[in-house]
Amino acid sequence: MTSTYGLHVPSDEGIFALKAQVMSEPDIERALKRIAYEVIERNKGSQGLVVVGLATGGVKVAEKLCGTLGEISSPKPDFGQLGIAPYRDDVHLRPIPIEEVTSIQVDIDSRTVLLVDDVISTGRTVRAALAALNDFGRPTSVQLAVLIDRGHRELPIKPDYVGKNLPTSREEYVEVTDAGVAILEKVLA
Amino acid sequence: MNLTSIDDLTPSLFQEIISLSDRFIEVSSRPIPKVPVLRGKTLATVFYENSTRTRLSFEAAAKRLSCDTLTFNLTTSSTSKGESLQDTIQTLDAMGIDFLVIRHPLAGVARLASGWTNASVINAGDGCDEHPTQALIDCITLIQISNQLSDYDPDCQGSDWPYLKNLHIGIVGDIVHSRVARSNVRAFTRLGAKVTLVGPPTLLPSDASSWPVDITYDLDEVISQFDVVYALRFQKERIVQSLIPSLDEYIRYWGISSDRLDAMKPHCKIMHPGPINRGVELSSQAADCEKSVILRQVNNSVPVRMAVLAALSGVYVHDD
Repeated sequence: MTSTYGLHVPSDEGIFALKAQVMSEPDIERALKRIAYEVIERNKGSQGLVVVGLATGGVKVAEKLCGTLGEISSPKPDFGQLGIAPYRDDVHLRPIPIEEVTSIQVDIDSRTVLLVDDVISTGRTVRAALAALNDFGRPTSVQLAVLIDRGHRELPIKPDYVGKNLPTSREEYVEVTDAGVAILEKVLA
Repeated sequence: MNLTSIDDLTPSLFQEIISLSDRFIEVSSRPIPKVPVLRGKTLATVFYENSTRTRLSFEAAAKRLSCDTLTFNLTTSSTSKGESLQDTIQTLDAMGIDFLVIRHPLAGVARLASGWTNASVINAGDGCDEHPTQALIDCITLIQISNQLSDYDPDCQGSDWPYLKNLHIGIVGDIVHSRVARSNVRAFTRLGAKVTLVGPPTLLPSDASSWPVDITYDLDEVISQFDVVYALRFQKERIVQSLIPSLDEYIRYWGISSDRLDAMKPHCKIMHPGPINRGVELSSQAADCEKSVILRQVNNSVPVRMAVLAALSGVYVHDD
């Protein structure tokens, strides 16, 4: 099952059914708009901001957030995307997504980097992203925005901006698409 | 998992190495071109023959993946005290290594060594047998430039398996002593290319008629048909004088001279595994002209070897 944003449903691990639609497309837009205002408020503008989407799921969310930031503040932040597979602690256990692309064309030294992902759960992706970012330069600060926080953290990592807190069980999956956010549950193993 | 021959590669592993190479080309372009994929692993390079680029690019590849490296130096090792190959490899194995990169003047040594260690054995050249990582570097170089290579429909090649469909590759020179040729014939034909071997009868292998290739002795007759001319090093150290009448005659018939550059297709590319004997298999003009992709081959040598190490340790892209 492939979603527009990324794969949060392992297609080979059973059959999943829709349990609940938790956010609609306008809900996502409103959440990102609020996050954008929070980012501008906290950073006193968008000067020096670099928005970096975590490949693959975070890239679309990051693009939207970056666009919104450009609408409400000037200058429009620089944009990049970061593939974190080589930094993952389970790189030998799961495939590297074929569409995962890294592209950071700007110098991030002494800038504020806003990492963006669609869903945060264990925090291991963000841990890997921080390690990867370290190899691109030394930002003044790194902040984290996520559309969905579904809990189950395994590392001491906390997002600065959250679209929606969504408590889920580990047996459920969160799917983010253009149409919205849905919780899926396994109906057949 | 070992890589002693191109034949060791399953189609999916071949595909993984091609896909992973792209990742590591991007990693190599970063300000800090180092990722922790093989943190905690150890690679030993054991070379019983001289090498610059192969050994250094394996060590660079390992280091860029955060893998530690051990370098076996033939002249200062216990081999000079009479230690056997088996004892040397078992000693390294007992110290705990994850990769053994081996080069040896005798064919079959890499496969033999894989029986003496649990490490992944990678053949970096065994006599006249194979040099599979060079062939992978050459394949990935060709895939990168395949859209420039052909008058054919660009959609029919370079985009998917078999990546080198419809390409005609001429491998020219000292085939019989060439492990690069043996690996490349296997690799190029698996990727769908048509391969023609060109060289003096004495420097063509006696069993070449059973290979999936065309064979000719006359370079001038076929050179205008090739999309790629792959020149091999004239292996002075292995060629005995009775095999060719004289070096001058060899150069006149099988060297890539400036006249032969003019006879090639306009888009034809020139490749060479290095090191080049300038003025023998390639004139300096041929080695440095715009047809030459030799430096691109060298450029790809580290990222492709990173891909080989990662793939052999179980990192994968495709989920099927």
